[in-house]
Amino acid sequence: MPKPMRRRTFLAAGIAGSAAACSRRRKSSCRFFSSEEARTVEAVCAQIIPEDQDPGAKTAGVVPFLDKQLSGFYKPLRKTYRMGIAAIDRKSVEFAGKKFADLPAGSQLDLLKRIEKDPDLKPFFSLLIEHSMQGFYGDPRHGGNRDRVSWKMLGVPYPPVRGRLRYDFTNPAKGEKS
Amino acid sequence: MSLKPVNAVIIGAGAGGGIVAKQLAEAGLSVVLLERGRWYSPFDCRKDDLRNQRTSALGNGFGPDDERNPRVTVDLQGRERVARASGPGYQNNAACVGGGTFSYGAMAWRYMEKDFRMRSTYGHIAGSTLADWPISYEDLEPYYEKAEWEIGVSGDVSGDPFHAPRRKPLPMPPLPPNREYEILHPAAKRLGLHPFDIPMLRNSVPYNGRPACMRCRWCVGFACEVDAKCGTHNTVIPKALATKNCELRTECVVKEIRTNEHGRATGVAYFDANNRLHQQDADLIVVSCGAIESPRLLLNSKSKLFPNGLGNRQDWVGRNLQGHTYTGAFGLMPTPIYDDLGPGAGIAICDYNHGNPGLAGGAMLANEFIRLPYQFVGMVPAGVPRWGQAHKDFMRSAYLRAIAIQGPTQEMPVFDSRVQADPVVKDFWGIPVARLSGGRHPHTIEISTAMAGKAEAWLKEAGAVQTWQKLSGPGLSAGQHQAGTCRMGDDPTTSVVNGYCQVHDVDNLFVIDASVHVTNGGFNPVLTIMAIAYRASDHLVKTWKGRGLA
Repeated sequence: MPKPMRRRTFLAAGIAGSAAACSRRRKSSCRFFSSEEARTVEAVCAQIIPEDQDPGAKTAGVVPFLDKQLSGFYKPLRKTYRMGIAAIDRKSVEFAGKKFADLPAGSQLDLLKRIEKDPDLKPFFSLLIEHSMQGFYGDPRHGGNRDRVSWKMLGVPYPPVRGRLRYDFTNPAKGEKS
Repeated sequence: MSLKPVNAVIIGAGAGGGIVAKQLAEAGLSVVLLERGRWYSPFDCRKDDLRNQRTSALGNGFGPDDERNPRVTVDLQGRERVARASGPGYQNNAACVGGGTFSYGAMAWRYMEKDFRMRSTYGHIAGSTLADWPISYEDLEPYYEKAEWEIGVSGDVSGDPFHAPRRKPLPMPPLPPNREYEILHPAAKRLGLHPFDIPMLRNSVPYNGRPACMRCRWCVGFACEVDAKCGTHNTVIPKALATKNCELRTECVVKEIRTNEHGRATGVAYFDANNRLHQQDADLIVVSCGAIESPRLLLNSKSKLFPNGLGNRQDWVGRNLQGHTYTGAFGLMPTPIYDDLGPGAGIAICDYNHGNPGLAGGAMLANEFIRLPYQFVGMVPAGVPRWGQAHKDFMRSAYLRAIAIQGPTQEMPVFDSRVQADPVVKDFWGIPVARLSGGRHPHTIEISTAMAGKAEAWLKEAGAVQTWQKLSGPGLSAGQHQAGTCRMGDDPTTSVVNGYCQVHDVDNLFVIDASVHVTNGGFNPVLTIMAIAYRASDHLVKTWKGRGLA
């Protein structure tokens, strides 16, 4: 018969447990992703929409978009994300001995091309593509497309309704397209 | 709880129900108009590119909500799936006062004469229930005109030699052309085609006490911020309420239509916004819930006399579910042509609606509404990957140079494309949900593929340096143009309602929405829904004798 836990021990265990949870949360700047998960997702998204002369997924804040939506409309997809991210890292370790984010860019691209053909991983990767596009090309109000970077890249006219902007913060001197 | 009986209960405040409510209320009948959604206002425009009625990535802008309104879909391989309202396969149309008309693109087409006589024109098509309508274009013409003038249509069809005869011009001129129009118009002329200005339920000048379109890019899928789009929510429904004979109850979900031992409908049982069950008795019941929810309600209204649901003695309720097979083409012009001048769509041709050799019908072709950046993501040609540097490069170079032309191919109705009441899955209120199954007829795909070729040729003539087609798969088609599930006909064994939308075996029960369409035309269906609603209400008012029909 197991020894009954004494009240003091129980309390101590509780405090230690919550402290661990807090510290884990404090490490990540995200609400849903752990910092490890955020690192992996950010690396994958950076391949889906890479940086070049224009900002890519990383600068546009696709990960903050995903994180925000996974605490909102995409809440039902939390498990899919947890498992999908873990599966990508497992595949990466199996393929190159390192986690995805630690691979050089070229190997990341090769691995994603494999993942795209992998029947188990493809559905999650497709979902991530779709959501990354939303975070990059969608309205900044949802947490991505920081400073409308994708809309500037495409040359979408601003403001969103012609002649309607009380305070226009675009600065032509900085080369911002209006 | 039992409520004070009224003359008529109308279920659904969309394109059909809104008009019936006004016509009956003005004739002095007491009317209760039940709507499962909310009454939104122009302030609900929000300009949210990920959450609206066109792009539901983060939910439907104007309902229904994901939590309470599932459906079951069965694909062509027989795989069942529970679909959420904003997800793929749900075949959604808005749930709000005004229905689809609150947030639509607002094309206001009259069908052509041949669209009512598809079977006589093209004969039997194997595997299809293609049939003639029991009414003709001539029967509907005065009501088309009434819809155009009362709800408000702008445009100019004088350049279209194929349109059916009409007595009056449209009440409003078209909006001035945008750049796509200016490129496509001469190109169509060079091809010997007949381009003209699309008729739209949109104010181009102040009309009905509301202002003209301000030509923003937030059009199809959004509420109109300046109230320039004309739907039933800002025309006939306010008029109905102004008579004081009509009461609008929103967020009310009807559970079933009740009948008595004589086989007459007596009233409806519905859940109000606080989920309390009420009984509302009425002399007449009008079902206007759209071509998926209307048959679902009839099938869910079972009794001893109607063990298979109302109007369903011959197993025709829910059959022939159809929409439109949208195909077309994209073209890239050598230089940017995007001018941010909404709504974007403005020019159309009807040269290919009929008379295509070897094809039973066709489609109107028009340039597409303005594409917001996220909507453009999926519009890449074959060979451009879905992600990575190449996709980004394509987006950057193509977005401002793209023109899209597409059209709604008239579908060959398929008996086994259908709505059923699901035996297992129930919604939030415990009502069996709609179960959707079936697919498109192969000839529909054939016609739509030919239409994509015509669209591509038009773009090439317009000077596109690269073109690619958008084709259709074989899966079920319904969505915002859903139709056909309570077919109108003279023969009670092969239809559900008669030419006046009256259910064959329940004389005080009417279905007035796109469910009654025998075929769905090669056009957006809303003006036809409106015309049918005016005609059916006219008949109702004429035959109304105090507490029943003559």
